[in-house]
Amino acid sequence: MVLRVCRAVLGPSDAEDAWSETFLAALKAYPGLSPDTNVEAWLVTVAHRKAIDVRRADARRPVAVAEVPERAARVREWHGDLWTALRELPHKQRLAVAYHHLAGLPYREIAAITGGTEDAARRAAADGIKRLRATYPGEDTA
Amino acid sequence: MNFDALPLRDDAAQRRLHARLVADAEREGLLDISYRTVDTPVGSLLLAATPVGLVRVAYESVGHDAALAHLAEEVSPRILNAPGRLDGTARQLDEYFAGRRTAFDVPLDLRLATDFRRSVLTHLRDIGYGRTESYAQVAEAVGNPRAVRAVGSACATNPVPVVVPCHRVIKSDGTLGRYTGSAHAKETLLSLEAA
Repeated sequence: MVLRVCRAVLGPSDAEDAWSETFLAALKAYPGLSPDTNVEAWLVTVAHRKAIDVRRADARRPVAVAEVPERAARVREWHGDLWTALRELPHKQRLAVAYHHLAGLPYREIAAITGGTEDAARRAAADGIKRLRATYPGEDTA
Repeated sequence: MNFDALPLRDDAAQRRLHARLVADAEREGLLDISYRTVDTPVGSLLLAATPVGLVRVAYESVGHDAALAHLAEEVSPRILNAPGRLDGTARQLDEYFAGRRTAFDVPLDLRLATDFRRSVLTHLRDIGYGRTESYAQVAEAVGNPRAVRAVGSACATNPVPVVVPCHRVIKSDGTLGRYTGSAHAKETLLSLEAA
């Protein structure tokens, strides 16, 4: 689930960095976690922070030529058109779509993670889905 | 909206990421327990190790998940399926079950056993391949001849069976007695060693 969410938010290649950072952070924090924690929501929260870090690092990172072939190979591993469509969404919409439709979090928790209100998160997800339907016809049946 | 293009499972990516996580965790000292399984004539055995040594060998009859949950509770929840740390132990078990090894040379972490039980386990390591002792003999050997039942409990709760040979402790009348795996597993191990 976390990999799927990272992929939807960051795209195919950065997602793996965010996933790795997320689970390493989770491993660090896990012993102190209270037993009634909603682990999935907690993981998405950690992934959200790591995704911000990865985006920041990416903005600073010079293009590393040696990395290109490996990353290109990863990109082909899932259908690129969906990512193309997701990437076109405003950031808030993409987050709301990923956290609600892929992670299954309720809008109340999404608002807690991304800031803003529950209603704003619901609207962002709805607008995002509407826009995706238009830009990514795909093999859409659902 | 159809998100099928984003696969729910991507085994190749998960394997790659898992290996990366294990390496990262090891580097940062976050891998408290690594585990793997090994297939043997007495079923699949779960092996778990701390940086100190082998901490748990669990039979399927005990339940691998239950054994991992217990480790998470008693030792640390920082547990990963990381075969590397246990390759040596797995190889020695293979050799043992193939009849090519009569003693294990692996560091042990006996923290799951408390004082008296640990002294019993320490003594068990001195019972050689193919030999047996009675519960009463073991009680005597650990300096507490009346603690026969406690020796039985120490064997039954041995956290690292096979490697620490609690299967070599049998009843004074020559019958096999209880075993953490199953009576069948105990019989299999003793006949392997008698061959």
